[in-house]
Amino acid sequence: MSEVAQDAKAPREPLFSKKNKKLVTDPLTDNNPVTIQVLGICSALAITVQVEQGVVMGGAVLFVLILGNLFISLMRNLIPSRIRIIVQLVVVAALVIIVNEVLKAFLPDVSEKLSVFVGLIITNCIIMGRFEAFAMANKPWPSIMDAVGNGVGYAGLLILVAVFRELFGSGTLYGYPVFGDYIQGNGLYALGYVNNNMMILPPMALIIVGVIIWVQRSRNKSLVESN
Amino acid sequence: MESTLDIFIKAIFSENMIFAYFLGMCSYLAVSKTVKTAVGLGAAVIFVLLVTVPVNYLLENYLLKAGALEWINPDWGVNGASPIDLSFLSFIMFIAVVASIVQLVEMLVEKFAPSLYGALGIFLPLIAVNCSILGGALFMQDRQYSTILDATAFSLGSGIGWFIAIVAIAAIREKIRYSNVPAPLRGLGITFIITGLMGIAFMSFSGIKYGKDEVKAETVQVDDTNNTNH
Repeated sequence: MSEVAQDAKAPREPLFSKKNKKLVTDPLTDNNPVTIQVLGICSALAITVQVEQGVVMGGAVLFVLILGNLFISLMRNLIPSRIRIIVQLVVVAALVIIVNEVLKAFLPDVSEKLSVFVGLIITNCIIMGRFEAFAMANKPWPSIMDAVGNGVGYAGLLILVAVFRELFGSGTLYGYPVFGDYIQGNGLYALGYVNNNMMILPPMALIIVGVIIWVQRSRNKSLVESN
Repeated sequence: MESTLDIFIKAIFSENMIFAYFLGMCSYLAVSKTVKTAVGLGAAVIFVLLVTVPVNYLLENYLLKAGALEWINPDWGVNGASPIDLSFLSFIMFIAVVASIVQLVEMLVEKFAPSLYGALGIFLPLIAVNCSILGGALFMQDRQYSTILDATAFSLGSGIGWFIAIVAIAAIREKIRYSNVPAPLRGLGITFIITGLMGIAFMSFSGIKYGKDEVKAETVQVDDTNNTNH
């Protein structure tokens, strides 16, 4: 955890100081919310069949996380600690309603496919986790940087998983055929290539994330768990 | 038309919260290190789902759904003069209901069943942010169950399915401690892969036929699965 306890009397630091940059870059790799902190798995896996859904979901979480972290950080001295969970839930729920209505209006197809998982952003552990661990204890600007880092780290992993699943499962990327047309049987399919339908099944998302964790931890030994 | 029993069995096996929809994965991964804590959390999830889904069902049908306010004023119905649709408020209502019921349940259990509180205590606050609870409410809304009995059967089934999943993975994780897992996969990585494999195994339940005539065949299959799971 890269908590920043800022002293009130400390001199103003530049907007993109080293510390703030670290807040953004850390969650992208060595402190990734999904593979290291194990947050936000719930929605991460169910919607990664296609890259488009992953992009929309990642964008939605990024939006909710940035605004939510900002609001919670602004209110951090006003929220009584006993009811903070409920306050946080109300903030997230209000933001998610906005996201849901916007998606329904402008991207009805994707909204249909994501179905309940848009609503489940509310209980996405990344959001509550960042509120609890960071925004409740830090000023607005570092909170936004933290939100950007974690949101992009989350979206990046979603898209990575979705790329594997869509490419090998349906032979397309973001809807565009990569290996040729499956129905007409041209391109790679003419050579006898067959899509791996296993990739479309939900459990493969877990196995792909497991393999990503494996690769990441074998490259960086300090992340290996004792058991 | 699905019978109530169909909905119940389906929610446990072929539409298992963990293996088919990955709901509640965060606490599933975090609290599955030993069977004892897994049983505690699983029981708490069953309990809270069983309470919150019927309450949310009533809210959905008598307050939020398009035209649901017909019982107050016929003009507000779907075909009334000024129809009211409050469904955009459902997220905030559902999560508020879940959070407050969890708080209420925590206080009641602490007061009247201290021993149960000792067992469930630390897990109850965690449950407010467990995706499977809100997921239960949202699926209930999505699938539009016709009676409150069906909604309750669905919530109980989902809870039991979640319980089975977390207890099974906890048992496997207890055993795997004695195995020689490659170092980078230890802990989280291998848990993901095992969950994936269990998910593939659970997909075989999607072959169960639902309907009035097949009820007997179903129960036989259910007994088999219990044996293989433990």
